[in-house]
Amino acid sequence: MKKRLWRIVLAAVIWAAAAWIGINLQWLRLVLFLSSYMITGWDIVFKAARNIVRGNVFDENFLMSLATIGAFLIGEYPEGVAVMLFYQVGELFQNYAVDKSRKSIADLMDIRPDYANVKKNNELIQMDPEEVRPGDIIVIKAGERVPLDGEVLEGSSLLDTSALTGEPVPREIQAGSEILSGCINLNGVITVKVIREYEESAVSRILDLVENATNNKSKSERFITRFARYYTPIVVIVAFLLAVLPPLLIREAAFSDWIYRSLSFLVVSCPCALVVSVPLSFFGGIGGASSRGILVKGGNYLEALAQTDRMVFDKTGTLTRGVFRVQEIHCRDDQDLSERDGLHGLGEKESREKKERDLLELAALAEHFSNHPISLSLKQAYGKEIDASRITDMEEISGHGVRAMVDGKEILAGNHKLMAQNMISYNRKDLYGTVVHIAVNGEYAGCILISDEVKEDSRRAIQELKKTGIRQTVMLTGDNEATASRIANELDLDAFYAELLPEGKVEKLEELLELGASKSKLSFVGDGINDAPVLARADVGIAMGGLGSDAAIEASDVVIMTDEPSKITTAIRIAKKTMGIAWQNVYLAIAVKAAVLIFSAFGMTALWAAIFADVGVTVIAVLNSLRALNVKGL
Amino acid sequence: MKKKFTLKGLGCASCAAKMETAICKLDGVKQATVNYMTTKLIVEGEEDQMPAILREAEKIIKKIEPDVIIKKA
Repeated sequence: MKKRLWRIVLAAVIWAAAAWIGINLQWLRLVLFLSSYMITGWDIVFKAARNIVRGNVFDENFLMSLATIGAFLIGEYPEGVAVMLFYQVGELFQNYAVDKSRKSIADLMDIRPDYANVKKNNELIQMDPEEVRPGDIIVIKAGERVPLDGEVLEGSSLLDTSALTGEPVPREIQAGSEILSGCINLNGVITVKVIREYEESAVSRILDLVENATNNKSKSERFITRFARYYTPIVVIVAFLLAVLPPLLIREAAFSDWIYRSLSFLVVSCPCALVVSVPLSFFGGIGGASSRGILVKGGNYLEALAQTDRMVFDKTGTLTRGVFRVQEIHCRDDQDLSERDGLHGLGEKESREKKERDLLELAALAEHFSNHPISLSLKQAYGKEIDASRITDMEEISGHGVRAMVDGKEILAGNHKLMAQNMISYNRKDLYGTVVHIAVNGEYAGCILISDEVKEDSRRAIQELKKTGIRQTVMLTGDNEATASRIANELDLDAFYAELLPEGKVEKLEELLELGASKSKLSFVGDGINDAPVLARADVGIAMGGLGSDAAIEASDVVIMTDEPSKITTAIRIAKKTMGIAWQNVYLAIAVKAAVLIFSAFGMTALWAAIFADVGVTVIAVLNSLRALNVKGL
Repeated sequence: MKKKFTLKGLGCASCAAKMETAICKLDGVKQATVNYMTTKLIVEGEEDQMPAILREAEKIIKKIEPDVIIKKA
């Protein structure tokens, strides 16, 4: 780089001297110009000659050599040398800009751990993370990067997960926590059991995703490569015709004049600005997104994301937390559930609370042996140790609930179908959420309402999405109509479809896909748990919640590492910005080149303009695409 | 099977595109990408034809940009 700069400076000085001498000392002037040319451009001419020998014409070097030598031959020495000089300066700038953006993207993805401290026979050995096997014990000191995915055995610490999730708040970890490679251990020393080998660890998977992302080319990238393939030969042919035809056909046209015009064509014919700037913008956008915890699997998906105007969400785990909690307990008022303890002397409020606790206790006991998420939430709400000896018989009725003998009484706990099956009547209240009805010895005792909570930022995310140009928001769920409608209202969604089985979700999505116009894109957001087929079917499948499920990462096009729905808006904003930059570059390059071509065909410009159209535009485009890396505040 | 290489000194984006198109056309190549930004070449192809593919790919790369050094990644 330095050497090249010196060459340019030296050549420029000689060029200035030659220009200053003036026309009187013709031979000295020519010698100076020639030496200036040789100093700055010998390698270009050499490469051009070598490539022609290898059967590779029409490359940049060839075009530049032809244009500059052509200028010499028609006596335009100062310009001939100057064009070469500017070309070299431009190349220098271009290399610098490309290097810089490569570096800043590499920095963004600098999450590769260098070593792992493996504990072997009470000794710590530094090893390459690739050589560490699952089951090995490693020690991570403060400030070190977690080299492999593992489970903490000893110690507690704070973990900086920002490299993976873009989340600035450190996470607390202690024995039993699972940690992902790529995070940084902030304070304590922790001992960790490796659970995945390096290739399967979070770091490798993320790097792989991002590095391969640029291989999935977007339409605009394809357009540019195709454009470049025809552009260069056509411009070169036109240049040739321009140099030869007018002087032959028009009497007063001079060869040197038309050759000069055609030289501009040769200089402008290089497609580099276009071919560099578009993929560079995408690379920047994908790199920038990954720094915010959003992994985009390709330029094509970034493009589709920018064009998304309809967004379909899965409910559980995406818009809601996916964790069930007991919300309300309703007892049947005229029944005293607990005959063992008298209720005399207690106030009315206290007696109601007591009844509710008893109902919950019965439900928790009845569901004790079940692992259904609803049972777990009942047991969690009960919160006390369960005396299993009180339960003498238990039967799980799939899709309905449970039947159990508790303290010698028959307890039924389940949904309305279970009650109907056992001909137990009750006053059905309109409750939103999942309802567990409880009956004791064939008598209705009350019900417990369990529901899932809406995530804190779901509402804001939906509002923001509407601002970024999403016309329609739809929710798909397997849950019942009442719950779905409540959440859809709360979040201000445009439509919802409830009580869908997993296959039903795919069918619904296909219906929605068919409704849309051909250019409109539809994204589906899910958590990857039993909605992988839907993720795969949508124009853009967005999986939330990180590297949790392999199926989700495989099936989705965009992976959001955190649980926040608001990151979807960030992703769309990044996509739109990137697309904007890519197209700005395309229009800029084509417009400037076209203008220079037209003006030089009419002899209205000098070769300088052509040089600007080539390298100047490339440098501007490269600098512009660096903007895609900046995703702060999106 | 997939093979990855680093192309050191890959200097021009349109050259990278040319290499990619040419390598894709080789016999036995399922997919090939030359990534200008990461300066990486990834070839996916039939295992038994791989040595021949790699020989040809090297020729193509050297023809388009003689100064590129191909390193295993």
